[in-house]
Amino acid sequence: MEDSQFLEFVIGRYNYWLVIVLMMVGLYVVVARGNLVKKLVGLNIFQVSVFLFYISVGKVAGGTAPIYVDDPNALYSNPLPHVLILTAIVVGVATLAVGLSLVIRIQRAYGTVEEDDIQIADAGRDASPRAGGASGSSAPTIGGSA
Amino acid sequence: MMEFVMLHLPALQVVVPMLAAPICLLLMRGGLAWMLALVTAVLCFAMSLLLLQQVIETGPISYHLGGWEPPFGIEYRVDAMNAFVLVIVAATSALVLPFARRSIRAEIEPSKQALFYTVFVLCLTGLLGVTITGDAFNVFVFLEISSLATYVLVAMGARRDRRALTAGYTYLVMGTIGATFYVIGLGLLYQATGTLNMEDLAVRLQPLGDLTSVRAGFAFIMVGLALKLAMFPIHAWLPNAYTYAPSVVSIFLAATSTKVAVYVLLRFMFTVFGYDFPVVELSLSTVFLPLAVIAMFVASAVAVFQTDFKRLLAYSSVAQIGYMVLGFSMASVTGLTATMVHLFNHAAMKAVMFMVAGAVVYRVGSTAVASFAGLGRQMPWTMAAMVVGGLSLIGVPLTVGFISKWYLILGALETGDWIIAFMIVASSLIAVIYVWRIVEVAYLTPAPEGAKPVSEAPLSMLIPMWTLALVCIYFGINAELTASIGQTVAEALLNGNGVSPAVAIPEVVPATDGAMEGAAP
Repeated sequence: MEDSQFLEFVIGRYNYWLVIVLMMVGLYVVVARGNLVKKLVGLNIFQVSVFLFYISVGKVAGGTAPIYVDDPNALYSNPLPHVLILTAIVVGVATLAVGLSLVIRIQRAYGTVEEDDIQIADAGRDASPRAGGASGSSAPTIGGSA
Repeated sequence: MMEFVMLHLPALQVVVPMLAAPICLLLMRGGLAWMLALVTAVLCFAMSLLLLQQVIETGPISYHLGGWEPPFGIEYRVDAMNAFVLVIVAATSALVLPFARRSIRAEIEPSKQALFYTVFVLCLTGLLGVTITGDAFNVFVFLEISSLATYVLVAMGARRDRRALTAGYTYLVMGTIGATFYVIGLGLLYQATGTLNMEDLAVRLQPLGDLTSVRAGFAFIMVGLALKLAMFPIHAWLPNAYTYAPSVVSIFLAATSTKVAVYVLLRFMFTVFGYDFPVVELSLSTVFLPLAVIAMFVASAVAVFQTDFKRLLAYSSVAQIGYMVLGFSMASVTGLTATMVHLFNHAAMKAVMFMVAGAVVYRVGSTAVASFAGLGRQMPWTMAAMVVGGLSLIGVPLTVGFISKWYLILGALETGDWIIAFMIVASSLIAVIYVWRIVEVAYLTPAPEGAKPVSEAPLSMLIPMWTLALVCIYFGINAELTASIGQTVAEALLNGNGVSPAVAIPEVVPATDGAMEGAAP
């Protein structure tokens, strides 16, 4: 008896379990991986899990797509969360674009996209940013030493 | 014409900079883009002042975008609190841009200057939008507009030091996690209430205080926002971002972005959830208060050992954010007044300090504490401004810092918390040490032998710097204006429970469209 209740609890909320698993996978990749590109992949998985969460919340059991049909008793799914996620997807894509272009710049400056190597490459540097004012040398720092 | 502008002021406040950004891009030339950005910032400042005046005279304004009624359409809602924050953001941008021209010329490649101003104006748009909107999802969108712009702005410091790139990248990862946490929390609230309008959320959340999903939503939103405002202990992105960003960006970020995040946090805590909400009170006393006190001490102590002026200021910012959090975690009118007053005061004093850093970079080329040697004689006006800013950071009487700490200590004594009052004073003493280190190097250490003579910073830098330094002194002597606004806000937040009648703009048109009603299940 107890078993079936437990199963119902698990299966009845399967969308949430999926979301939680994806979310944790994403966060784990962000934290555990040293490769900057892989970190961005993890970040995206993390974001996508939230998209799925919104979309599954908007689904009404037995409801059709929210397109007007000629039936007064028609049951529609809630379109609003879907629209919100459309916006969030755009934000996510923009974030990914900025992140990847930063990785490209980091690769050019350091010659690597591994977090540990970057830290080693910067280990000998002063705490202060290099001179770059009107009277300092303003040589660009592209083309690193790694 | 004037009437039209006044009527649509809340929308124009965001639309003007939003339209100016792509035009900046099309202008191509750095000088022209700078002119346009400056005009935009000054216009925004004028509009924010008009809005503040209007709000003080007639009470909160509710602006319906596109004429859709609030729970369905997006509402811009201006009350004393966000009008005040709008003024802080817009005023900072209007003061930073005159400073920016020379500083940016020295620090950013000519071909990228127009792009810099484009992104800068976009960042301003985002910050103004977050502050003015009354729609919780709209907050997320504007927050991401400003954050994405900020990541780019920080990374533009790469010409001086390549570590700006990694600082920008770290900020991007942390900021995105924060924003996503906010969206998760909002999803949970939407699931429980079916609305995204803040006023509507406040009403519908009242009976739902015992729902676990709503409590989880509260926690997600608070953690997400705490990441954005760099609350101790999740402040790790801030020191590098402030240190390696171009000087102008450091000034702007230090004075505005964390303030806006604090505003959103207050808005959610006191307007949307309300002080009576079960978890709010608990989280204030068990999470926010202890973390704020630890931040005051740990971050100040770390600041003492920094060898770079900008990094020292960055850690000092983390400590000062601690004071803001401490203010509202007391949950009394005096405590909240302290937070609101400190939002303004800290914006002014940190902007002065980072402007000093910008001027030193411009003339000397480094922000290492050691490179300040002898500058007391060679850049007397800049260093004098630094002393004013430093005294404000410590909280010496006759500066704005004293007013903030006065209200904080008053708030602590009201609740009978002598220990907290004592800690506020003790942590100020640590600030004395880190400020004194710079003053000592600047005034008592002679310039190194054979160093090139350094001349005073140009007027275009000194004027904004001293305007802010005088603000630090003026509002330290006569704090009536800031304190009265702060108190009005604090009383509205704690007693009014946020829901108060507002003047609707445009006038509500009956019978919009029945189809929208499907949005609320």
